[in-house]
Amino acid sequence: MAELKAKTPLDDFAPMTVGTVTLEETDLGILTSVAPFRDRAKAVADRVKDGHGIAWPANGRATGKDGARAIWFGRDMVLVAGPTPDPGLAHDAAVTDQSDAWTAVTLSGADAEDVLARLVPMDLSVATFKRGHTARTQIQHMNGSVTRVGADRFLILVFRSMAGTLLHDLQRAMESVAARG
Amino acid sequence: MRLSCPICGTRDVREFYYQGAAVMLVRPAPDAGEAAWDAYLHLRENPAGDLEELWSHDGGCGAWLKVTRNTVTHEVKKAVLATEVKR
Amino acid sequence: MRVAGKGRIDRSQTLSFAFDGNSYRGHPGDTLASALLANDIRMVGRSFKYHRPRGILTAGSEEPNALVTVGRGPATDPNVRATVQELYQGLSARSQNAWPSLAFDLMSVNDLAAPFLGAGFYYKTFMWPRAFWEKLYEPVIRRAAGLGALGPEKDADHYDKAYAFCDVLVIGAGPAGLMAAWTAAQSGLQVILADEDSVMGGRLNAETLEVDGQPGADWAVDMVAKLSQMDNVRLMPRTTVTGAYDGGTFGALERVSHHMAAVPKGGGKETFWRIVAGRSVLAAGAIERPIAFQNNDRPGIMTAGAVRAYLNRWGVSPGKAVTVFANNDDAHRTATDLQEAGVHIAAVIDSRNDVQAKGDYKLLTGAMVDGSSGRGGLSAISIRTASGSEKIMTDCLAMSGGWNPTVHMTCHMNGRPTWNEAIASFVPTHGAIPGMETAGACNGAFSTAACLAEGEKAARACIEALGGSVGDVAIPAAEDGFYAIGPLWAVPGKGRAWIDFQNDVSVKDIKQAARENFTSVEHMKRYTTQGMATDQGKNSNVAALALLADATGRGIPETGTTTFRPPFSPVALAALGAGAQGTGFAPERRTTSDAATRAAGAPMIEAGLWYRPSYFPQAGEKTWRQSCDREVGYVREAVGVCDVSTLGKIDIQGPDAAKLLDFVYINMFSTLKEGRVRYGLMLREDGFVMDDGTTARMGPNHYVMTTTTAAAGQVMRHLEFVTQALHPEWDVRIVSVTEQWAQFAVAGPKARDLLNDLLDAPIDNDSWPFMACGPVSVQGVEGRLFRISFSGEHAYEVAVPARYGDSLFRTLKARAEAMDGGAYGMEALNVLRIEKGFITHAEIHGRVTAGDVGMGRMMSQKKDFVGKTMAARPGLTDDGREQLVGLKPVGAVKQLTAGAHIYSDGEEPVRAHDQGYVTSVGFSPTLGHFIGLGFVQDGLMRRGEVLNMVDHLRGIQTRVELCDPVFFDPEGGRTRG
Repeated sequence: MAELKAKTPLDDFAPMTVGTVTLEETDLGILTSVAPFRDRAKAVADRVKDGHGIAWPANGRATGKDGARAIWFGRDMVLVAGPTPDPGLAHDAAVTDQSDAWTAVTLSGADAEDVLARLVPMDLSVATFKRGHTARTQIQHMNGSVTRVGADRFLILVFRSMAGTLLHDLQRAMESVAARG
Repeated sequence: MRLSCPICGTRDVREFYYQGAAVMLVRPAPDAGEAAWDAYLHLRENPAGDLEELWSHDGGCGAWLKVTRNTVTHEVKKAVLATEVKR
Repeated sequence: MRVAGKGRIDRSQTLSFAFDGNSYRGHPGDTLASALLANDIRMVGRSFKYHRPRGILTAGSEEPNALVTVGRGPATDPNVRATVQELYQGLSARSQNAWPSLAFDLMSVNDLAAPFLGAGFYYKTFMWPRAFWEKLYEPVIRRAAGLGALGPEKDADHYDKAYAFCDVLVIGAGPAGLMAAWTAAQSGLQVILADEDSVMGGRLNAETLEVDGQPGADWAVDMVAKLSQMDNVRLMPRTTVTGAYDGGTFGALERVSHHMAAVPKGGGKETFWRIVAGRSVLAAGAIERPIAFQNNDRPGIMTAGAVRAYLNRWGVSPGKAVTVFANNDDAHRTATDLQEAGVHIAAVIDSRNDVQAKGDYKLLTGAMVDGSSGRGGLSAISIRTASGSEKIMTDCLAMSGGWNPTVHMTCHMNGRPTWNEAIASFVPTHGAIPGMETAGACNGAFSTAACLAEGEKAARACIEALGGSVGDVAIPAAEDGFYAIGPLWAVPGKGRAWIDFQNDVSVKDIKQAARENFTSVEHMKRYTTQGMATDQGKNSNVAALALLADATGRGIPETGTTTFRPPFSPVALAALGAGAQGTGFAPERRTTSDAATRAAGAPMIEAGLWYRPSYFPQAGEKTWRQSCDREVGYVREAVGVCDVSTLGKIDIQGPDAAKLLDFVYINMFSTLKEGRVRYGLMLREDGFVMDDGTTARMGPNHYVMTTTTAAAGQVMRHLEFVTQALHPEWDVRIVSVTEQWAQFAVAGPKARDLLNDLLDAPIDNDSWPFMACGPVSVQGVEGRLFRISFSGEHAYEVAVPARYGDSLFRTLKARAEAMDGGAYGMEALNVLRIEKGFITHAEIHGRVTAGDVGMGRMMSQKKDFVGKTMAARPGLTDDGREQLVGLKPVGAVKQLTAGAHIYSDGEEPVRAHDQGYVTSVGFSPTLGHFIGLGFVQDGLMRRGEVLNMVDHLRGIQTRVELCDPVFFDPEGGRTRG
């Protein structure tokens, strides 16, 4: 009996470079949304710190590094990306597997900020949106998450079903920025 | 127009969903009577001036906000989380 | 003609271009207008209404006359102002509003008929007979109306949008704007400097004035170079700030590649920017106004400032013997600049009495130009002086009625400008735009020194307001002349003296409007059309207003202005809608089965943002109905597979999860056992149905709610509202898991057989009875199984993490096919659910109660829930409400149609007799006839009654019998079996 085959949201999309900017699909590993129950935020933060070595992020911040990140993901919610969640977390928080719910891409390069300025209605310039800053915002018409993970590297998440639209919108913006030389 | 989300900071209005007057925050008891329910659901002030409204930061953190906005100038004077409104 | 030694164009290179099919030459740095004038082309278009020959009037974006069409085919741009179109190699432009040619235009007969075509002509003439309007008048007027023409092809160009953020936005890069940007930049704040021109510097590029001891244009070049080196400054040339909006937001149009022979690959033609600024400085300059006199629209008559601009910036003299007509000192510079360049000045005519010549030219004081002559262009003007009249031969008249500060942007948020007698024009009212300072000519400060000083001061005010600081900033020395003006709006006399060149509005038209009691400035505008179309009256508004004030015996401030609205200059809809063309219009949500489904040839239909298969066609099938009937058969007789991942799935966890569900559903969920699913109905607070779906209890404090595809977002927002705004004390967390799971319905008598081939631990009716749910292992993958049915058959929904969705769908489809079944689409799904009387949003359309859909008794009496109180109000519980019924055809006509209405026998099918309507229909292959659902007054009590279904739109009448909405297997034995 054939086993079920896994497919990524962008189905093994090969990295694409236009001008100075590169777009690639990112495997974040296991994605877990963690929403602490009332008065349990500290317990949850401690457990994430102890169990996964990642600091619990403040609003609008992301902690950790490639392979193990904690990304603030909205009101009272953090997305833990990478490790298998500590089962004990479920005592203190709503823990939900979201590994397959999101399309994750990384946009990098000198003009990455300019590319996103065509799609995201908030200020992502390095003066106000530094490495380790994250935001729930919109990418063109899609609700999503944008995190600056490096000097000119952004991690972008939108719903899995919108992978094609994300690719379309980013590619269009990349071409437009590149055409300006 | 821009709205100041207490969680995310000031953002473009396109990230928000508009609900209406903040009257909706104070739900009457089931037996409060017709007048109370009529007021809760249907009767709205329409001031040329400050109005308390409900917005949802749908395209952002997902928080419901109580916003004080001037309907003439569109100046947003205050925005607090719905969870923190005293009832 | 070109003038040797003048201008800032690159004469070392030559560009060739075409106008109306003829070839000409120009240089880099030219605009189309300057290149045409250099080639002695004076007539460039015909006016809109009377088709009068027109030439270039100005040198800027306010140009009313020189509108041309650039490009061909799908890359055509109509109404391009020749004065802002930069010249490039191979540019091809055509004149507009003339046929068959610019020189000989048939519609110019309108001009001969002018005595009959004055203001209000259309309103008065095309009133009667009424029947003529649609067939005759409107088509004729439409053909004559409109400026330029769009091609029939889809626009081939890309447009972009973008966002920018800064502390200080400076609008306009003349002396005031440059000084403001420079000052703001010294504070370290983030600065954006935007200017509509390709070269920054504003009037400094058009004048011979000095700044800091060097030519003003050179100072501007230096300043731009210094600013461009600063990290905190962003220069945006070719960018017109078009509007001021709430919260410090500005719209700005950047012309990205209009100056290039071709749009670079992948690039855009224009970018529409949304700029958010903490503070702003408006340094938009001023626009010169013409003077109205008889035939003042002849090609060769231009504004005086424009003539200087063509000379000083582009090295072009628009004439060989130039005359100047003015009411102010500033225009005399036109004469001195031209003379210095060696161009003959025939005369300067100044309407004021006490004026001295500023150079060695013939000056007529207390004199006015009262007419012009010349075929196709100016050859002479007539002058009226105190002593009589005379005629002067001239091929270019430079006129100036003074300057109007460009206050437009300050009025975009309801502000009104203030009348300033000293300059006989309007100036901005401070504070009209929150956070905006105004500086320089747009503020009524016309000397270069004043512009520089105001720029510095405005920037300083911004810096302070933002909590920044800046040390002393040196203000360079510059000319500080006094601007002296004696108002002159129109030269008295007969004939037509033009005010609004673009709309052919004359002094007479404005007087007529006043005479006919259109005395409000807004009425005058609409009656005469003054101030409309692409230039929005930039050259004519103040003069028109002054004339209206005069005609009505009021002062100008009392007469008021019309409302200046965004955009400041035209913005293509393509730019405003940038990014939303084609597939950019809305996100496409694709299920994991999308690729396999499309590969199977299924036509897709939109369900919200999702795409779902309509049906899966097979060879030999000629209509969708054949496919649909076959797919219904799969489910009723074997097994069908359908992707149901688009339904909203919401994960609800926490100690108070059950409380939340009991509050948002009309029925109880706290009593639901773990491992079981229950159907639930939700109301809005006003008592009407919001949505329905099933909710599964996965653990003591863990539920998964299912919503309809259409209402998923609304329900999520509703749950957030309840938990944040109404019951923040409840300890419950909700999150969407719609995208995490790929979920497939497996329905039909062979459903369990199919699943047991895939499940690692087989199930039977005892381990997995109807409405059971729980975790399963699907070929080694952790999934979920729900025994629920939207078809009335023995059915399941199996869910796996979305990465396996494609694989599982292909497997399910193939196995179903091997069992005489297969995949089914939305058409079959719809028929299956109508056969069972299951509702969708076709039925719960926002005006139905739980009782209307036969679920009144589901409303729990033991608890409060959203909508409970209002559901009990009289209007929602009265007899006579329209209730859900089944419909089947019983007469000769067998067809049912959704949207049709229901009438009693013998009653005329009109609204007063309306008994109800049809919401869903389908042909049931199971029953062999059409079936439908609908709402009919007291429908529950009227089963068996025969009524008339009338579809007025499609012209169909069918006799229908009201019946139980459950057409098939009313006992539900098949579901449980």
